[in-house]
Amino acid sequence: MIDARDREIIEALQGGLPLVPAPYAQVAEILGMDEDALLYRLAELKSRGVIRRIAAAPNHYKLGMTSNGMTVWDVDDDRITELGARIGALPFVTHCYERPRALPDWPYNLFAMVHGADRDEVEAKRAEIAAILGDACRFKDILYSTRILKKTGLRLKAKG
Amino acid sequence: MTLDGTDRAILNRMQDDLPLVSHPYAAVAEELGIPESEVLNRLTRMKDARVITRFGPFFDAAAMGGAFCLCAMAVPTEEFETVLTKVNAHAEVAHNYERTHRLNMWFVLATETPEGIVGTADAIEWETGICVLRFPKLQEFFIGFRVAA
Repeated sequence: MIDARDREIIEALQGGLPLVPAPYAQVAEILGMDEDALLYRLAELKSRGVIRRIAAAPNHYKLGMTSNGMTVWDVDDDRITELGARIGALPFVTHCYERPRALPDWPYNLFAMVHGADRDEVEAKRAEIAAILGDACRFKDILYSTRILKKTGLRLKAKG
Repeated sequence: MTLDGTDRAILNRMQDDLPLVSHPYAAVAEELGIPESEVLNRLTRMKDARVITRFGPFFDAAAMGGAFCLCAMAVPTEEFETVLTKVNAHAEVAHNYERTHRLNMWFVLATETPEGIVGTADAIEWETGICVLRFPKLQEFFIGFRVAA
């Protein structure tokens, strides 16, 4: 859980970290606190997993990774944990989750994101996943992303 | 913009965690053997050119007592832009992608409470008249995140 001060800090940083030599000093000044106190709070939020990391989110398209596929698989429930871990460990898989099926429309319970310079590259990677899953997988599909419609990250709502 | 080797080295490094210190960019600059001012200039350029969509802390809504949920909708082509405006108007929609499937709109809800997911997804259904399928994560298998620039 987060307290009111944490919340102010998150609100101040959710738009991004300033690209200046001492970004935390700048944010601390806006919040009316010491830089050290802010760094301490942030370290604490990080140790609790509220902050996962402080990093750049690249635009895959602009990096030439113009082909982005969400591969989806219907994997035996008995084997999902073991196989999911193997798929998630593949170097070209950026995100991998077990999610609930939505029958009858959606039989898939394993989702793995794969990126490549073109669809042939993505298909080759997808074939590697299929080979690992073998007969533990019944149905499969791939959904290519054709447009980023929004990408802002988490936004806290202003509390009245 | 075209990225040169230095841009790529910076971008690869910046996809990993930045140290929590007073002068984090100086620390990265030293690791890479590039002046701090150049790291900052290049990062600013990449952000302005939207090669970097966002730079800063990544928050885990679940660790704050909230929740994330992947959602999908089958939006008729002729209604797509209208529905998109309604969906994106919700601050809880953290990102949204158009995908090649009958379920053609895929977005992630990030809310401060678990109930916020249901509330927002139901509101979107009400506003658009389209079913919002919900795919909360059951298990997470290693998140690599990084792509080689």
